[in-house]
Amino acid sequence: MLSKENFEKLERLKSQYPTTKSLSLPVLWMIQEQHGWISPESMQYVADLLQLPVSHVYGVVTFYTMFNTKPVGKYHLQVCTNVSCLLRGGEELLDHICKRLHVKRGEITLDQRFTVTEVECLGSCGTAPMLQANDEYYENLSTEKVERLLDEWSKG
Amino acid sequence: MSEFTEKLILPDIPNLHQLDVYERHGGYQALRKAMGMKPEEIIEEVKKSNLRGRGGACFPTGMKWSFMPKQSTKPKYLCANGDESEPGTFKDRQIFECNPHLFIEGAIIAAYAMGVTTVYTYIRGEYAKWIAILQKAVDDAYARNYIGKNILGTGFGTEFVIYRGAGAYICGEESALMNSLQGERGYPRVKPPFPAQVGLYGCPTTINNIETIANVPIILNRGAEWYWKIGAPKQPGTLLYGISGHVNKPGVYEFPTGILLTDLIYNYAGGVPGEKKIKAVIPGGSSTMWLRGEEIEGVKMDADSLKAVGTAIGTGGVIVMDEDTDVLKVLARIAHFYHHESCGQCTPCREGCGWMEKILNRFLAGDGTMSDIDLLMDVANNIEGNTICALGDAAAWPVQSVIRKFREEFEARAKKSPTAPKPVTPPHLVTTFDA
Ligand SMILES: Cc1cc2nc3c(=O)[nH]c(=O)nc-3n(C[C@H](O)[C@H](O)[C@H](O)COP(=O)(O)O)c2cc1C
Ligand code: FES
Repeated sequence: MLSKENFEKLERLKSQYPTTKSLSLPVLWMIQEQHGWISPESMQYVADLLQLPVSHVYGVVTFYTMFNTKPVGKYHLQVCTNVSCLLRGGEELLDHICKRLHVKRGEITLDQRFTVTEVECLGSCGTAPMLQANDEYYENLSTEKVERLLDEWSKG
Repeated sequence: MSEFTEKLILPDIPNLHQLDVYERHGGYQALRKAMGMKPEEIIEEVKKSNLRGRGGACFPTGMKWSFMPKQSTKPKYLCANGDESEPGTFKDRQIFECNPHLFIEGAIIAAYAMGVTTVYTYIRGEYAKWIAILQKAVDDAYARNYIGKNILGTGFGTEFVIYRGAGAYICGEESALMNSLQGERGYPRVKPPFPAQVGLYGCPTTINNIETIANVPIILNRGAEWYWKIGAPKQPGTLLYGISGHVNKPGVYEFPTGILLTDLIYNYAGGVPGEKKIKAVIPGGSSTMWLRGEEIEGVKMDADSLKAVGTAIGTGGVIVMDEDTDVLKVLARIAHFYHHESCGQCTPCREGCGWMEKILNRFLAGDGTMSDIDLLMDVANNIEGNTICALGDAAAWPVQSVIRKFREEFEARAKKSPTAPKPVTPPHLVTTFDA
């Protein structure tokens, strides 16, 4: 299930760690980059690939919040509501996004374009409120700015 | 205001993240110098500088390095901690973005001083962009032989590997970080044994924060004598203060340790929007004890000064709350964070963090009672000191301090005429009609 490039990358990574177990997170990242989430079948695949018990892989996937155990939208919007963001309107921003997209926190839109997740501090407290869309940070947000972003993402 | 205004870690030099620019401004000279010294001399110099860890616990860096065994049949490792997940903290990211080579240079010097064969830099998974920036810098440094099998032709070699986390605050705790790097769930380990004896893959390991390591080339270039004269003598150097919340100019500011908290808020961060009064300040990230607005006058930002007023410098992440802030709401959000991030190994933390969140939410809903205030304190006191790692303490401290400093807020929110708790009827006495 790993792409050819990722297989090659994996080969290179092997020399960097004394155990194959250390490759658990890097390989799970590759799977998620390819498929958007990590299915039970993928967990079995990773277990076979690294010759680890599937229980280990399952344990790792479910421990880390960034690994998605269900499919997410094309745009995974992760809105921070921790202290610094809370003080500068992070909650309101999250509510606004949910209202506009007709979803609750943690849900995916019917057209599968957006998933909205409430997250903990993203290390962007000085540019609050903010959100992360897939891998990108969007900082110093306001409802107007987020409206414009949502317009753009609804098209593209 | 402070006299020393030079920015050592984040100087205003455009494109400093590029290797050529970094070299033109004296980059990798400290590494050359270090390679001409004996490893013990470097550790001695770092000890003399009084550099203390910037990851939260303020541990003396030179001393930590000296714990590493000189002779070892096993490989030795350095883990650079870039997990940066403590709410209110956003400084290491700035180093990755603006001055990654300073950190890399420091890490290679540290590796040479301790005889480390691989430097693993652990970075939180969300920092994809900064991981890419650092990887580019590392590749460039490899290409110029600052990292590799035979660094600058000296015969000393070390590898540099970046590991991407996947969303877990606990992985910033040093032993959880090592487990995560080993491909496991991020569970903290019981200490002793300490990492310098049994660390990553069971081998001698040192864990240092990114900012700590970035200070090392500066110390070697300018000398320990010069370095320890900056800022507070017992915790010298400049610090990357991250200031957020209710200030006009939030951001990362580099100043010596020991500057006045009020200078930071009013002179550098532009004061509070709408000229409002300050209700509370968290001085060093969400784990540190709060200060009331009336208390901040004269308070200095260094480990000892903050300890003297009952709190800590932590990560240097200052969060300011204006007079209109609902402190219980903020505290409940913090409690939610620790509940969410508890790894679940220790019962007091796993259960207690949930109870604290529940009780605080009860106050927000108007259902808290006077006895809940003492109950909340009791839960916090029973978490503190009773867990494998310090996450439990980090969850308890803000709760304890807010109860102590803002008790009136709880009392005002507690039910005015608390109904006596309903007596519990044992199941066998339940009758068919309600009394
Ligand atoms: C729950 C918890 C989270 C932590 N998170 C971080 C972190 O994100 N970054 C960091 O450098 N240190 C973090 N620490 C502190 C580390 O355990 C360790 O003390 C530090 O990385 C040592 O580096 P220093 O000596 O250079 O400060 C955390 C500690 C605890 C208990
Ligand atoms: S509190 Fe939102 S990024 Fe730190």
